[in-house]
Amino acid sequence: MNIVDRRLNPRGKSLANRQRFLRRARKQILEAVREASARDGITGGGNSRIRIKADSLREPRLAPAAEGGERFHVVPGNKDYVEGDRIPRPPSGEGRGRGGSGDGESEDAFQFVLSREEFIDLFLEDLELPDMLRKELRETEGTTPRRAGYQTSGAAANLNLVRTMRNSLSRRIALKRPRPEEIAAREAELAALERSGEAEQEVIARLTLELEQQRRRSRRVAFIDPIDVRYNRFENVPRPASRAVMFCLMDVSGSMTAHMKDLAKRFYKLLYLFLSRRYERVEIVFIRHTHLAREVDEETFFSSTESGGTVVSTALEEMQRVLVARYPREQWNIYAAQASDGDNMPADNAHAVAVLQNAILPACQYFAYLEVGPEDERYGGSTELWRAYQRIAKAGLPIAMRKVNHRSQIYPVFRQLFSRDRAVRTEAPA
Amino acid sequence: MSTIDESFCITSGSDWNFDQLRRAHDHIERIARGELGLDIYPSQIEVITSEQMLDAYSSIGLPLMYRHWSFGKRFARDEALYRNGYSSLAYEIVINSNPCIVYIMEENSLAMQALVLAHAAFGHNHFFKNNGLFKQWTDAGGILDYMEFAKTYIARCEDRHGEEAVEQVLDAAHALMNQGVSRYPRRRSLDLQEEERRESERRAEEERTFNDLWRTLPGSQTTRGKRSELAERQRLLGLPEENILYFLEKKAPLLKPWQRELLRIVRHVAQYFYPQKQTRMMNEGCATFTHYHIMNRLHEQGTLDDGAMLEFLHSHTSVVFQPDFDDPRFSGINPYALGFAMMQDIKRICLSPTAEDRAWFPDIAGNADPHATLREAWVAYRDESFIRQFLSPALIRQLKLFEVHDDGHSDLVVEAIHNERGYRAIRSALADSFDVIKREPELEIVDVDLDGDRRLLLQNRVHDGIMLDDDDAERVLDHLAMLWGYPVRLVEIDATSEKVLRTFDAGPLEVA
Repeated sequence: MNIVDRRLNPRGKSLANRQRFLRRARKQILEAVREASARDGITGGGNSRIRIKADSLREPRLAPAAEGGERFHVVPGNKDYVEGDRIPRPPSGEGRGRGGSGDGESEDAFQFVLSREEFIDLFLEDLELPDMLRKELRETEGTTPRRAGYQTSGAAANLNLVRTMRNSLSRRIALKRPRPEEIAAREAELAALERSGEAEQEVIARLTLELEQQRRRSRRVAFIDPIDVRYNRFENVPRPASRAVMFCLMDVSGSMTAHMKDLAKRFYKLLYLFLSRRYERVEIVFIRHTHLAREVDEETFFSSTESGGTVVSTALEEMQRVLVARYPREQWNIYAAQASDGDNMPADNAHAVAVLQNAILPACQYFAYLEVGPEDERYGGSTELWRAYQRIAKAGLPIAMRKVNHRSQIYPVFRQLFSRDRAVRTEAPA
Repeated sequence: MSTIDESFCITSGSDWNFDQLRRAHDHIERIARGELGLDIYPSQIEVITSEQMLDAYSSIGLPLMYRHWSFGKRFARDEALYRNGYSSLAYEIVINSNPCIVYIMEENSLAMQALVLAHAAFGHNHFFKNNGLFKQWTDAGGILDYMEFAKTYIARCEDRHGEEAVEQVLDAAHALMNQGVSRYPRRRSLDLQEEERRESERRAEEERTFNDLWRTLPGSQTTRGKRSELAERQRLLGLPEENILYFLEKKAPLLKPWQRELLRIVRHVAQYFYPQKQTRMMNEGCATFTHYHIMNRLHEQGTLDDGAMLEFLHSHTSVVFQPDFDDPRFSGINPYALGFAMMQDIKRICLSPTAEDRAWFPDIAGNADPHATLREAWVAYRDESFIRQFLSPALIRQLKLFEVHDDGHSDLVVEAIHNERGYRAIRSALADSFDVIKREPELEIVDVDLDGDRRLLLQNRVHDGIMLDDDDAERVLDHLAMLWGYPVRLVEIDATSEKVLRTFDAGPLEVA
């Protein structure tokens, strides 16, 4: 008998199988993921329970049908039946048939749990920050040592034996260091001559001298000399990181209803999740505005409320200020997303467009404008701000616009805006 | 088993450590070998966590398994059920291998570990080593090496041919897994080196020789009678053949060598599990009887204290619980319950038989050696024959078994109950319901249309009007057609009247 403790064995033995399983059921899982996200909201933590149709996961077998034909059953627990009693037929699929399905597996639906990583991976699949160019490699996340030739000093652990021995060998050959076998052979010769006692003194003396010289040379020329020793050399290579900054602009003025704010918040939450997922080095700047704009932290951006008038240009100016102060365009990939109900002080439109066109869009790689509207909006007339922005969009500048009225539209619009496929992205808004 | 610490005592609810586990094992072993006379493989006890237990579940109980999505599916399902508390995990998993591997979970208490050791490391282990079916069909010494080979081979195929290509073949092979078993000839033993050498030899041989299917150029046929032509063709192709995977591996014209090897692997796995299907009830009965005897003896000799005994009894009774047919919990006959009841009943017949027992079981009644009797039964029977031989009237009365006839449309009729007229009928019907041969469709490959479109013809002989599940049958046939590479037809004929009841057709989905 032998007891083995396997508890510390590597976990996730069935990970490979799980990946194959997810790939297999991919289409249905994607659908279920979308459905679940519409229901729960993506920021809900923890694992997600997913229920999918089991059709593509079916493992068919050639087996007798559960019903039909002539059968005999033996069951326990007879109460008062006697031979010949007739028992009314239980409704099909119930009663007797139950004994058949041993492991109780229902083939109609299949329920399992996706880990949060798996869920988000599937959820954000195929999305990409558009036109993410590597502008600048100056910023580094750290360095990686990389082999770079040899050096003559270093730590013992880095000793390169092959190089060292090769140098040693060539030096020994060049300096004619006698090999141990040669010395041994000469010694043997000398000993043999001395034993025989026939050789002339002269010969013996010559041999002795030669032997002495060889020995001396062998002592002088070291087997491994410090000049032979080589160490592996490592160079620290900086790991480049491409940086991106995302500006989130939101109107929090009085004209924005709670519903609209909710839509905008959802959009940003999605965006925030997407960014923090896709890129390690992405900074996010939150700017909220009424008739005044202010850069705030994430917490304030989403939670606290404020009221006042609406001057869009203030937010754009604030963004410009932050851009200049902290994010020089040579070093950063700049993205921005603005959410608004389209209300703006009429006098401000021209100014806002000018700021956008002259200062912000040239610096931005992408600017997304999300116009949120009331849920029950019948007449989808375009707002002043929309029309103003539309002129810029027509001019071919990197701005994308979408209108959202209902919670359920957020995700499709988001996917459209950040689709990997350019054609989908630039599709004109309906 | 050198020195046994007589003062060692298993108390209830206590945590265990490796030393206690070892001492408990020594006590159990003394009883198992000394009193029950069990003969076991050396056992290897592996302590695992619940997550690892789920892993072991998903690879259908083998510690090594090749990769396939269906195992991932099984894992996802078990995990969801377990995490939501719908099902609890088994206390152990035991593998028919030499050494016999027993997985036990770390969270069990010491009393439960003792139960698990008695149940798996001695009960199941003895059954695996001694039962005739296992001896004849499986090679406990070679299975782990073979699975290692299979796993590496399939991983290599995935690297070389892509996951999808491998998956397609494995899916099809799994669909035909139940038809990948040779029920009659003895299986040769597996050996890793031998297996690898033969695999390469087989390929070489097949390249040299020439496939029968290609020797069918039009016009080359001699004028033979239609009937003898069929006989000749069947002889050449080795038909009829019930082992569909075997036939495809050897005869499917379009499969590549690695695809044949995959079929072979799946076929071997199916064959390995075939005895377990046939002896589930006996196997569990043997293990349950063993642990029940051992735990009681441990309690008698003071190694198991009263609390631990109650803990054991609680779990034992829930394992052998058999709900009545009208109970909402009823889901067929519990193999643990029936197996345990039959073993205990045999013990009773051996020790204190009634006149009825003496009439029914003259060979064993009152022979005063229940353990030897049981050991013989464990060697020589499988579920079906065991019931046919040993189900006693007393047990039929105790379980109040009754037989119901269902003709498929009208009311159910009670055919037999637990009385003098009914015993034999009930015993026979119950034995039939444990007979694997009767539960599985009688499928055979009967012919290949060599002159025409190379259509493969299968036949299902329908008994008592029980046909195939048609939805599944169509899907399986698609898989089969994919492997065969040409059209496939499945005909269901009535076994008595030879009347054709239904025909399925499938074309090749894709020429492999």
